[in-house]
Amino acid sequence: MAATEPSASLAGRHLLGIADLSPADIALVLDTADAMKEIGGRAIKKVPALRGRTVVNLFFEPSTRTRMSFEIAEKRLSADTLNFAASTSSVSKGETLADTARNLEAMQPDIIVVRHASSGAAHLLSRVCRARIVNAGDGMHEHPTQALLDAYTIRERKGTLAGLKVAIIGDLLHSRVLRSNLLLLTRMGAEVWTCGPATLLPPGIAAYGARVTASMDEALEGADVVMMLRVQHERMKGMFLPSLREYFTLYGLTEARLARAKADVIVMHPGPMNRGVEIDSAVADGPWSVILDQVSNGVAVRMAVLYLMVGGGDGAERGSGAPRATEPGGVQGPPPESKDEISS
Amino acid sequence: MPPVIALDAERISRSLMRIAHEILERNHTSSVEELALVGIRQRGVPLAKRIAANIQSITGRAIDAGALDITLYRDDLMRQPVGHQPIVRSTEIPFSIDDRRIVLVDDVLYTGRTIRAAIDALIDFGRPAAIQLVVLVDRGHRELPIKPDYVGKNLPTSREESVRVRLQEIDGDDEVVIDHGGN
Repeated sequence: MAATEPSASLAGRHLLGIADLSPADIALVLDTADAMKEIGGRAIKKVPALRGRTVVNLFFEPSTRTRMSFEIAEKRLSADTLNFAASTSSVSKGETLADTARNLEAMQPDIIVVRHASSGAAHLLSRVCRARIVNAGDGMHEHPTQALLDAYTIRERKGTLAGLKVAIIGDLLHSRVLRSNLLLLTRMGAEVWTCGPATLLPPGIAAYGARVTASMDEALEGADVVMMLRVQHERMKGMFLPSLREYFTLYGLTEARLARAKADVIVMHPGPMNRGVEIDSAVADGPWSVILDQVSNGVAVRMAVLYLMVGGGDGAERGSGAPRATEPGGVQGPPPESKDEISS
Repeated sequence: MPPVIALDAERISRSLMRIAHEILERNHTSSVEELALVGIRQRGVPLAKRIAANIQSITGRAIDAGALDITLYRDDLMRQPVGHQPIVRSTEIPFSIDDRRIVLVDDVLYTGRTIRAAIDALIDFGRPAAIQLVVLVDRGHRELPIKPDYVGKNLPTSREESVRVRLQEIDGDDEVVIDHGGN
Protein backbone atom coordinates (compact mmCIF):
# COMPACT_ATOMS: atom_id res chain seq x y z
CA MET A 1 0.00 0.00 0.00
CA ALA A 2 1.22 3.45 -0.86
CA ALA A 3 0.88 4.59 2.75
CA THR A 4 3.70 2.39 3.95
CA GLU A 5 6.20 3.83 1.49
CA PRO A 6 8.91 5.53 3.47
CA SER A 7 8.63 8.59 1.22
CA ALA A 8 5.18 9.42 2.56
CA SER A 9 5.35 11.65 5.60
CA LEU A 10 3.90 14.86 6.92
CA ALA A 11 6.25 14.97 9.90
CA GLY A 12 7.79 18.37 10.42
CA ARG A 13 5.95 19.86 7.45
CA HIS A 14 3.34 22.55 7.10
CA LEU A 15 0.04 21.75 5.41
CA LEU A 16 -0.45 24.79 3.20
CA GLY A 17 -2.12 23.15 0.25
CA ILE A 18 -2.70 19.95 -1.66
CA ALA A 19 -0.09 21.27 -4.12
CA ASP A 20 2.63 20.14 -1.69
CA LEU A 21 1.33 16.60 -1.21
CA SER A 22 2.37 13.56 -3.22
CA PRO A 23 -0.15 10.79 -3.95
CA ALA A 24 1.64 8.72 -1.25
CA ASP A 25 1.21 11.55 1.30
CA ILE A 26 -2.49 11.75 0.45
CA ALA A 27 -2.91 7.98 0.81
CA LEU A 28 -1.12 8.14 4.17
CA VAL A 29 -3.56 10.78 5.47
CA LEU A 30 -6.59 8.81 4.24
CA ASP A 31 -5.34 5.51 5.71
CA THR A 32 -4.55 7.19 9.04
CA ALA A 33 -8.01 8.79 9.02
CA ASP A 34 -9.51 5.29 8.79
CA ALA A 35 -7.93 4.44 12.14
CA MET A 36 -8.92 7.82 13.62
CA LYS A 37 -12.55 7.38 12.62
CA GLU A 38 -12.94 4.39 14.92
CA ILE A 39 -12.00 6.57 17.92
CA GLY A 40 -15.12 8.68 17.31
CA GLY A 41 -17.27 5.59 17.88
CA ARG A 42 -15.82 4.72 21.29
CA ALA A 43 -17.39 5.45 24.66
CA ILE A 44 -14.31 7.49 25.56
CA LYS A 45 -13.54 9.45 22.41
CA LYS A 46 -10.01 10.43 23.32
CA VAL A 47 -6.49 9.13 22.83
CA PRO A 48 -3.33 10.53 24.42
CA ALA A 49 -1.35 11.00 21.19
CA LEU A 50 -0.96 14.81 21.35
CA ARG A 51 -0.83 15.14 25.13
CA GLY A 52 1.08 18.25 26.12
CA ARG A 53 0.97 19.75 22.62
CA THR A 54 -0.65 23.11 22.02
CA VAL A 55 -2.70 23.97 18.96
CA VAL A 56 -3.89 27.50 18.22
CA ASN A 57 -6.96 27.91 16.05
CA LEU A 58 -6.47 31.28 14.40
CA PHE A 59 -9.67 32.18 12.56
CA PHE A 60 -9.88 35.54 10.81
CA GLU A 61 -13.01 34.55 8.89
CA PRO A 62 -16.30 33.30 10.22
CA SER A 63 -16.44 29.50 10.34
CA THR A 64 -18.48 27.07 12.35
CA ARG A 65 -17.92 23.74 10.67
CA THR A 66 -14.19 23.92 10.07
CA ARG A 67 -13.30 25.53 13.39
CA MET A 68 -15.39 23.12 15.43
CA SER A 69 -14.12 20.19 13.41
CA PHE A 70 -10.51 21.15 14.12
CA GLU A 71 -11.29 21.77 17.77
CA ILE A 72 -12.95 18.37 18.24
CA ALA A 73 -10.06 16.70 16.37
CA GLU A 74 -7.51 18.42 18.64
CA LYS A 75 -9.43 17.47 21.79
CA ARG A 76 -9.83 13.83 20.72
CA LEU A 77 -6.05 13.69 20.40
CA SER A 78 -5.62 15.30 23.87
CA ALA A 79 -3.94 18.49 22.59
CA ASP A 80 -4.44 21.76 24.45
CA THR A 81 -6.34 24.15 22.25
CA LEU A 82 -6.59 27.91 22.10
CA ASN A 83 -9.23 29.61 20.02
CA PHE A 84 -8.70 32.94 18.46
CA ALA A 85 -11.47 34.79 16.70
CA ALA A 86 -10.59 37.97 14.84
CA SER A 87 -13.60 39.88 16.14
CA THR A 88 -12.53 39.58 19.78
CA SER A 89 -8.82 40.18 19.23
CA SER A 90 -6.25 42.91 18.78
CA VAL A 91 -6.71 42.60 15.02
CA SER A 92 -9.60 44.99 15.42
CA LYS A 93 -7.07 47.38 16.94
CA GLY A 94 -4.92 47.29 13.79
CA GLU A 95 -2.37 44.54 14.48
CA THR A 96 -0.98 42.85 11.34
CA LEU A 97 -1.30 39.13 10.72
CA ALA A 98 2.44 38.59 11.09
CA ASP A 99 2.52 40.49 14.41
CA THR A 100 -0.48 38.59 15.74
CA ALA A 101 1.23 35.34 14.80
CA ARG A 102 4.58 36.34 16.37
CA ASN A 103 2.82 37.16 19.61
CA LEU A 104 1.04 33.83 19.61
CA GLU A 105 4.38 32.17 18.88
CA ALA A 106 5.77 33.60 22.08
CA MET A 107 3.37 31.21 23.83
CA GLN A 108 5.05 28.26 22.06
CA PRO A 109 2.24 26.54 20.23
CA ASP A 110 3.18 23.44 18.23
CA ILE A 111 0.62 23.94 15.48
CA ILE A 112 -1.28 26.97 14.25
CA VAL A 113 -4.45 26.33 12.28
CA VAL A 114 -5.20 29.44 10.25
CA ARG A 115 -8.23 30.63 8.30
CA HIS A 116 -7.89 33.97 6.54
CA ALA A 117 -9.68 35.92 3.81
CA SER A 118 -6.43 36.59 1.93
CA SER A 119 -4.89 34.00 -0.37
CA GLY A 120 -1.36 33.28 0.81
CA ALA A 121 -1.96 34.05 4.50
CA ALA A 122 -0.93 30.53 5.55
CA HIS A 123 2.24 30.76 3.43
CA LEU A 124 3.13 34.05 5.09
CA LEU A 125 2.73 32.51 8.55
CA SER A 126 4.84 29.51 7.56
CA ARG A 127 7.71 31.91 6.86
CA VAL A 128 7.49 33.90 10.09
CA CYS A 129 6.49 31.15 12.55
CA ARG A 130 8.37 28.23 14.05
CA ALA A 131 5.11 26.40 14.69
CA ARG A 132 3.75 24.18 11.95
CA ILE A 133 0.96 25.77 9.98
CA VAL A 134 -2.25 24.14 8.84
CA ASN A 135 -4.13 26.07 6.21
CA ALA A 136 -7.83 25.97 7.11
CA GLY A 137 -8.74 28.08 4.07
CA ASP A 138 -6.92 31.10 2.66
CA GLY A 139 -8.99 33.41 0.47
CA MET A 140 -9.59 31.89 -2.94
CA HIS A 141 -6.44 29.75 -2.83
CA GLU A 142 -6.66 26.41 -1.01
CA HIS A 143 -8.53 24.52 1.72
CA PRO A 144 -6.53 21.29 1.89
CA THR A 145 -8.29 19.55 4.79
CA GLN A 146 -11.64 19.99 3.01
CA ALA A 147 -10.28 18.28 -0.11
CA LEU A 148 -8.81 15.50 2.04
CA LEU A 149 -12.11 14.90 3.82
CA ASP A 150 -13.94 14.95 0.48
CA ALA A 151 -11.49 12.39 -0.88
CA TYR A 152 -11.92 10.27 2.25
CA THR A 153 -15.71 10.37 1.88
CA ILE A 154 -15.51 9.40 -1.80
CA ARG A 155 -13.09 6.58 -1.06
CA GLU A 156 -15.31 5.34 1.77
CA ARG A 157 -18.28 5.05 -0.62
CA LYS A 158 -16.56 4.09 -3.86
CA GLY A 159 -13.48 2.24 -2.62
CA THR A 160 -11.12 4.28 -4.78
CA LEU A 161 -10.68 7.67 -6.42
CA ALA A 162 -8.98 6.53 -9.61
CA GLY A 163 -11.18 6.38 -12.70
CA LEU A 164 -14.24 8.06 -11.14
CA LYS A 165 -16.06 10.85 -12.94
CA VAL A 166 -16.38 13.73 -10.50
CA ALA A 167 -18.49 16.76 -11.48
CA ILE A 168 -17.76 19.95 -9.56
CA ILE A 169 -20.50 22.48 -10.20
CA GLY A 170 -21.17 26.03 -9.09
CA ASP A 171 -19.23 29.14 -8.13
CA LEU A 172 -15.83 27.94 -9.33
CA LEU A 173 -14.20 31.36 -9.27
CA HIS A 174 -14.36 32.02 -5.54
CA SER A 175 -13.80 28.48 -4.40
CA ARG A 176 -10.69 27.38 -2.55
CA VAL A 177 -12.48 24.05 -2.10
CA LEU A 178 -12.47 23.69 -5.90
CA ARG A 179 -8.76 24.39 -6.21
CA SER A 180 -7.76 21.92 -3.50
CA ASN A 181 -10.14 19.29 -4.85
CA LEU A 182 -8.93 19.71 -8.42
CA LEU A 183 -5.33 19.21 -7.35
CA LEU A 184 -6.14 16.22 -5.19
CA LEU A 185 -8.60 14.42 -7.46
CA THR A 186 -6.51 14.77 -10.63
CA ARG A 187 -3.43 13.67 -8.68
CA MET A 188 -5.27 10.54 -7.53
CA GLY A 189 -6.46 9.67 -11.04
CA ALA A 190 -10.09 10.85 -11.04
CA GLU A 191 -11.66 12.40 -14.14
CA VAL A 192 -12.82 15.84 -13.05
CA TRP A 193 -15.45 17.91 -14.83
CA THR A 194 -16.05 21.48 -13.76
CA CYS A 195 -19.16 23.43 -14.59
CA GLY A 196 -20.39 26.90 -13.81
CA PRO A 197 -21.57 30.17 -15.38
CA ALA A 198 -18.97 31.90 -17.57
CA THR A 199 -18.75 34.80 -15.13
CA LEU A 200 -17.69 32.39 -12.37
CA LEU A 201 -14.99 30.46 -14.24
CA PRO A 202 -11.50 31.11 -12.89
CA PRO A 203 -8.97 31.98 -15.59
CA GLY A 204 -6.58 29.13 -16.38
CA ILE A 205 -8.77 26.43 -14.86
CA ALA A 206 -8.03 24.05 -17.75
CA ALA A 207 -4.38 23.98 -16.65
CA TYR A 208 -5.44 21.92 -13.63
CA GLY A 209 -6.29 19.03 -15.93
CA ALA A 210 -10.07 19.32 -15.54
CA ARG A 211 -12.70 19.36 -18.27
CA VAL A 212 -14.65 22.60 -18.35
CA THR A 213 -18.22 22.88 -19.55
CA ALA A 214 -21.05 25.39 -19.25
CA SER A 215 -23.62 22.62 -19.62
CA MET A 216 -24.67 21.08 -16.35
CA ASP A 217 -26.22 18.10 -18.12
CA GLU A 218 -22.91 17.30 -19.79
CA ALA A 219 -21.09 17.50 -16.45
CA LEU A 220 -23.64 15.23 -14.78
CA GLU A 221 -23.77 12.59 -17.53
CA GLY A 222 -22.59 9.32 -16.00
CA ALA A 223 -21.02 11.02 -12.98
CA ASP A 224 -20.01 8.92 -9.95
CA VAL A 225 -19.69 11.95 -7.69
CA VAL A 226 -21.35 15.35 -7.84
CA MET A 227 -19.81 18.08 -5.75
CA MET A 228 -21.87 21.25 -5.48
CA LEU A 229 -20.14 24.50 -4.58
CA ARG A 230 -21.73 27.33 -2.64
CA VAL A 231 -22.54 30.60 -4.37
CA GLN A 232 -20.29 32.88 -2.34
CA HIS A 233 -22.33 36.07 -2.21
CA GLU A 234 -19.98 37.59 0.35
CA ARG A 235 -17.05 37.47 -2.08
CA MET A 236 -18.99 38.89 -5.02
CA LYS A 237 -18.38 42.57 -5.31
CA GLY A 238 -19.60 42.93 -8.92
CA MET A 239 -22.48 41.65 -10.98
CA PHE A 240 -21.68 37.99 -11.47
CA LEU A 241 -25.21 36.64 -11.64
CA PRO A 242 -28.39 38.16 -13.06
CA SER A 243 -30.52 36.58 -10.33
CA LEU A 244 -30.44 33.66 -7.93
CA ARG A 245 -33.61 32.30 -9.48
CA GLU A 246 -31.93 32.16 -12.89
CA TYR A 247 -28.89 30.56 -11.31
CA PHE A 248 -31.02 27.81 -9.80
CA THR A 249 -32.72 27.21 -13.16
CA LEU A 250 -29.39 26.76 -14.94
CA TYR A 251 -27.07 25.36 -12.26
CA GLY A 252 -29.23 24.20 -9.35
CA LEU A 253 -29.02 20.47 -8.64
CA THR A 254 -32.48 18.91 -8.77
CA GLU A 255 -33.65 15.33 -8.68
CA ALA A 256 -34.57 15.49 -12.39
CA ARG A 257 -31.09 16.69 -13.38
CA LEU A 258 -29.38 14.14 -11.16
CA ALA A 259 -31.05 11.34 -13.14
CA ARG A 260 -28.30 11.77 -15.76
CA ALA A 261 -25.66 10.66 -13.28
CA LYS A 262 -24.95 7.03 -12.37
CA ALA A 263 -27.60 5.27 -10.30
CA ASP A 264 -25.22 5.04 -7.33
CA VAL A 265 -24.06 8.66 -7.57
CA ILE A 266 -23.17 10.48 -4.37
CA VAL A 267 -23.85 14.19 -3.84
CA MET A 268 -21.46 16.32 -1.82
CA HIS A 269 -21.43 19.92 -0.60
CA PRO A 270 -18.74 21.55 1.54
CA GLY A 271 -21.33 23.67 3.33
CA PRO A 272 -22.88 25.96 4.26
CA MET A 273 -25.59 25.18 1.71
CA ASN A 274 -27.81 27.72 0.00
CA ARG A 275 -30.91 25.58 -0.41
CA GLY A 276 -32.84 26.57 -3.53
CA VAL A 277 -29.80 28.33 -5.01
CA GLU A 278 -27.19 25.70 -5.88
CA ILE A 279 -29.01 22.66 -4.50
CA ASP A 280 -32.63 21.61 -4.12
CA SER A 281 -33.67 20.43 -0.66
CA ALA A 282 -34.95 17.12 -2.06
CA VAL A 283 -31.40 16.37 -3.24
CA ALA A 284 -29.59 17.74 -0.19
CA ASP A 285 -31.69 15.52 2.09
CA GLY A 286 -32.07 12.63 -0.36
CA PRO A 287 -30.52 9.16 -0.41
CA TRP A 288 -27.60 10.31 -2.62
CA SER A 289 -26.47 12.89 -0.13
CA VAL A 290 -23.27 12.25 1.84
CA ILE A 291 -23.14 15.83 3.08
CA LEU A 292 -23.33 14.92 6.76
CA ASP A 293 -20.81 12.09 6.28
CA GLN A 294 -18.43 14.77 5.04
CA VAL A 295 -18.83 16.58 8.35
CA SER A 296 -18.17 13.47 10.49
CA ASN A 297 -15.27 12.41 8.31
CA GLY A 298 -13.79 15.90 8.63
CA VAL A 299 -12.96 15.21 12.27
CA ALA A 300 -11.16 11.93 11.47
CA VAL A 301 -9.20 13.48 8.61
CA ARG A 302 -8.13 16.46 10.72
CA MET A 303 -7.05 14.12 13.52
CA ALA A 304 -4.93 12.26 10.97
CA VAL A 305 -3.34 15.47 9.68
CA LEU A 306 -2.54 16.80 13.16
CA TYR A 307 -1.12 13.47 14.31
CA LEU A 308 1.05 13.06 11.22
CA MET A 309 2.35 16.66 11.32
CA VAL A 310 3.36 16.64 14.95
CA GLY A 311 5.88 13.84 14.45
CA GLY A 312 9.56 14.50 14.32
CA GLY A 313 10.32 15.82 17.79
CA ASP A 314 10.31 19.44 18.88
CA GLY A 315 11.42 22.78 17.53
CA ALA A 316 15.13 22.12 17.22
CA GLU A 317 14.66 19.59 14.45
CA ARG A 318 11.98 21.39 12.56
CA GLY A 319 14.36 22.81 10.02
CA SER A 320 15.00 19.36 8.63
CA GLY A 321 11.37 18.94 7.82
CA ALA A 322 11.39 21.49 5.04
CA PRO A 323 8.30 21.23 2.94
CA ARG A 324 8.84 19.37 -0.30
CA ALA A 325 7.32 21.28 -3.12
CA THR A 326 6.20 18.82 -5.75
CA GLU A 327 5.70 21.39 -8.43
CA PRO A 328 6.68 24.96 -9.18
CA GLY A 329 4.47 27.32 -7.26
CA GLY A 330 4.42 24.92 -4.32
CA VAL A 331 5.23 25.92 -0.78
CA GLN A 332 8.47 27.60 -1.54
CA GLY A 333 7.14 29.49 -4.53
CA PRO A 334 5.59 32.91 -4.22
CA PRO A 335 2.16 33.06 -2.65
CA PRO A 336 -0.58 33.33 -5.20
CA GLU A 337 -1.46 36.91 -4.39
CA SER A 338 0.42 39.96 -3.26
CA LYS A 339 1.59 40.08 0.32
CA ASP A 340 0.29 43.59 0.86
CA GLU A 341 -3.22 42.31 1.12
CA ILE A 342 -2.37 40.09 4.00
CA SER A 343 -1.27 42.56 6.60
CA SER A 344 -4.71 44.03 6.94
CA MET B 1 26.38 -16.05 13.36
CA PRO B 2 23.48 -17.05 11.10
CA PRO B 3 19.91 -16.53 12.32
CA VAL B 4 18.69 -19.28 14.69
CA ILE B 5 15.22 -20.75 14.41
CA ALA B 6 13.83 -20.72 17.96
CA LEU B 7 10.35 -22.03 17.15
CA ASP B 8 9.12 -23.75 14.01
CA ALA B 9 5.56 -23.97 12.72
CA GLU B 10 4.89 -27.19 14.62
CA ARG B 11 6.08 -25.76 17.96
CA ILE B 12 4.12 -22.54 17.46
CA SER B 13 0.95 -24.51 16.77
CA ARG B 14 1.43 -26.73 19.84
CA SER B 15 2.20 -23.72 22.06
CA LEU B 16 -1.00 -21.98 20.98
CA MET B 17 -3.07 -25.10 21.74
CA ARG B 18 -1.42 -25.47 25.16
CA ILE B 19 -2.10 -21.78 25.89
CA ALA B 20 -5.78 -22.24 24.92
CA HIS B 21 -6.04 -25.05 27.50
CA GLU B 22 -4.23 -22.97 30.13
CA ILE B 23 -6.60 -20.01 29.57
CA LEU B 24 -9.62 -22.29 30.10
CA GLU B 25 -8.06 -23.86 33.20
CA ARG B 26 -7.10 -20.57 34.77
CA ASN B 27 -10.58 -19.10 34.11
CA HIS B 28 -12.58 -22.24 34.93
CA THR B 29 -14.72 -20.43 37.49
CA SER B 30 -16.19 -18.14 34.85
CA SER B 31 -18.10 -19.01 31.69
CA VAL B 32 -16.40 -19.13 28.30
CA GLU B 33 -18.61 -16.24 27.17
CA GLU B 34 -16.97 -13.98 29.74
CA LEU B 35 -13.64 -14.47 28.00
CA ALA B 36 -12.55 -12.31 25.06
CA LEU B 37 -9.24 -12.21 23.26
CA VAL B 38 -7.67 -8.95 22.08
CA GLY B 39 -4.64 -9.17 19.79
CA ILE B 40 -2.14 -6.32 19.67
CA ARG B 41 -1.29 -5.20 16.13
CA GLN B 42 0.33 -6.46 14.05
CA ARG B 43 1.17 -10.05 14.94
CA GLY B 44 -0.86 -10.38 18.12
CA VAL B 45 -4.02 -10.26 16.00
CA PRO B 46 -3.59 -13.53 14.07
CA LEU B 47 -2.29 -15.18 17.26
CA ALA B 48 -5.47 -14.12 19.11
CA LYS B 49 -7.62 -15.49 16.30
CA ARG B 50 -5.81 -18.83 16.38
CA ILE B 51 -6.15 -19.14 20.15
CA ALA B 52 -9.85 -18.22 19.86
CA ALA B 53 -10.26 -20.98 17.25
CA ASN B 54 -8.49 -23.42 19.57
CA ILE B 55 -10.76 -22.50 22.46
CA GLN B 56 -13.76 -22.99 20.19
CA SER B 57 -12.52 -26.42 19.12
CA ILE B 58 -12.08 -27.43 22.79
CA THR B 59 -15.32 -26.03 24.20
CA GLY B 60 -17.53 -25.94 21.11
CA ARG B 61 -18.36 -22.35 21.88
CA ALA B 62 -17.36 -19.24 19.88
CA ILE B 63 -15.31 -16.61 21.65
CA ASP B 64 -14.89 -12.92 20.79
CA ALA B 65 -11.56 -11.83 19.32
CA GLY B 66 -10.62 -8.21 18.61
CA ALA B 67 -7.66 -6.19 17.40
CA LEU B 68 -5.97 -3.32 19.22
CA ASP B 69 -3.58 -0.77 17.73
CA ILE B 70 -1.57 0.90 20.49
CA THR B 71 0.29 3.49 18.38
CA LEU B 72 -1.58 6.50 19.78
CA TYR B 73 -0.79 5.32 23.34
CA ARG B 74 2.94 4.83 22.84
CA ASP B 75 5.14 6.57 25.40
CA ASP B 76 7.77 7.41 22.76
CA LEU B 77 5.36 8.90 20.25
CA MET B 78 6.70 12.45 20.47
CA ARG B 79 10.29 11.57 21.30
CA GLN B 80 11.76 10.59 17.96
CA PRO B 81 13.96 13.52 16.96
CA VAL B 82 13.52 12.90 13.26
CA GLY B 83 11.56 10.56 11.12
CA HIS B 84 7.99 9.75 10.47
CA GLN B 85 5.09 9.17 12.74
CA PRO B 86 4.41 5.47 13.14
CA ILE B 87 1.55 4.22 10.97
CA VAL B 88 -1.73 4.06 12.88
CA ARG B 89 -3.75 0.95 12.09
CA SER B 90 -7.33 0.27 12.93
CA THR B 91 -8.59 -0.93 16.28
CA GLU B 92 -11.48 -3.38 16.03
CA ILE B 93 -13.13 -4.32 19.30
CA PRO B 94 -16.73 -4.84 18.17
CA PHE B 95 -17.93 -6.04 21.60
CA SER B 96 -18.22 -4.56 25.06
CA ILE B 97 -15.29 -5.34 27.33
CA ASP B 98 -17.15 -4.31 30.50
CA ASP B 99 -16.98 -7.04 33.15
CA ARG B 100 -15.32 -9.46 30.70
CA ARG B 101 -12.09 -11.35 31.26
CA ILE B 102 -9.86 -9.87 28.57
CA VAL B 103 -6.86 -11.84 27.36
CA LEU B 104 -4.35 -9.60 25.60
CA VAL B 105 -2.23 -11.38 23.01
CA ASP B 106 1.11 -10.22 21.60
CA ASP B 107 3.95 -11.93 19.78
CA VAL B 108 7.05 -10.83 21.72
CA LEU B 109 7.29 -9.46 25.28
CA TYR B 110 10.40 -7.31 25.67
CA THR B 111 10.47 -4.01 27.62
CA GLY B 112 6.79 -4.22 28.57
CA ARG B 113 6.05 -0.76 27.21
CA THR B 114 3.69 -2.02 24.50
CA ILE B 115 1.68 -3.88 27.13
CA ARG B 116 1.50 -0.77 29.33
CA ALA B 117 0.10 1.14 26.32
CA ALA B 118 -2.32 -1.70 25.53
CA ILE B 119 -3.67 -1.76 29.10
CA ASP B 120 -4.20 2.01 28.99
CA ALA B 121 -5.95 1.73 25.64
CA LEU B 122 -8.18 -1.13 26.83
CA ILE B 123 -9.25 0.78 29.89
CA ASP B 124 -10.49 3.58 27.60
CA PHE B 125 -12.88 1.01 26.13
CA GLY B 126 -14.46 0.02 29.41
CA ARG B 127 -13.84 -1.74 32.71
CA PRO B 128 -12.93 -5.38 32.23
CA ALA B 129 -13.25 -7.79 35.16
CA ALA B 130 -9.63 -8.82 34.55
CA ILE B 131 -6.86 -8.42 32.00
CA GLN B 132 -4.47 -11.31 31.37
CA LEU B 133 -1.53 -11.52 29.01
CA VAL B 134 -0.46 -14.10 26.43
CA VAL B 135 2.87 -13.83 24.61
CA LEU B 136 4.32 -16.24 22.11
CA VAL B 137 7.86 -15.33 23.16
CA ASP B 138 9.16 -13.73 26.35
CA ARG B 139 12.67 -12.47 25.62
CA GLY B 140 13.31 -10.72 28.95
CA HIS B 141 14.74 -7.19 29.56
CA ARG B 142 11.63 -5.75 31.17
CA GLU B 143 11.63 -2.00 31.89
CA LEU B 144 8.21 -2.00 33.57
CA PRO B 145 6.69 -4.26 36.23
CA ILE B 146 4.78 -6.47 33.77
CA LYS B 147 4.60 -10.25 33.80
CA PRO B 148 2.84 -12.53 31.29
CA ASP B 149 0.22 -15.07 32.40
CA TYR B 150 0.78 -17.45 29.48
CA VAL B 151 4.05 -17.85 27.58
CA GLY B 152 4.72 -19.86 24.43
CA LYS B 153 8.45 -19.94 25.05
CA ASN B 154 10.91 -18.14 27.29
CA LEU B 155 13.80 -17.06 25.10
CA PRO B 156 16.75 -15.54 26.95
CA THR B 157 18.34 -13.00 24.59
CA SER B 158 20.84 -10.19 24.70
CA ARG B 159 19.72 -6.67 23.83
CA GLU B 160 21.82 -6.79 20.66
CA GLU B 161 19.80 -9.68 19.32
CA SER B 162 16.44 -9.25 17.69
CA VAL B 163 13.55 -11.67 17.74
CA ARG B 164 11.52 -11.93 14.56
CA VAL B 165 8.14 -13.63 14.61
CA ARG B 166 6.80 -14.65 11.22
CA LEU B 167 3.18 -15.72 10.88
CA GLN B 168 1.35 -17.32 7.98
CA GLU B 169 -1.37 -14.63 7.87
CA ILE B 170 1.12 -11.75 7.53
CA ASP B 171 4.46 -13.18 6.43
CA GLY B 172 3.46 -16.34 4.57
CA ASP B 173 4.99 -18.85 7.01
CA ASP B 174 5.23 -19.62 10.75
CA GLU B 175 8.61 -19.20 12.41
CA VAL B 176 10.37 -17.46 15.30
CA VAL B 177 13.93 -16.44 14.44
CA ILE B 178 16.70 -14.86 16.51
CA ASP B 179 18.95 -12.50 14.58
CA HIS B 180 22.30 -11.78 16.18
CA GLY B 181 23.20 -8.11 16.20
CA GLY B 182 26.43 -6.86 14.63
CA ASN B 183 26.61 -10.00 12.43
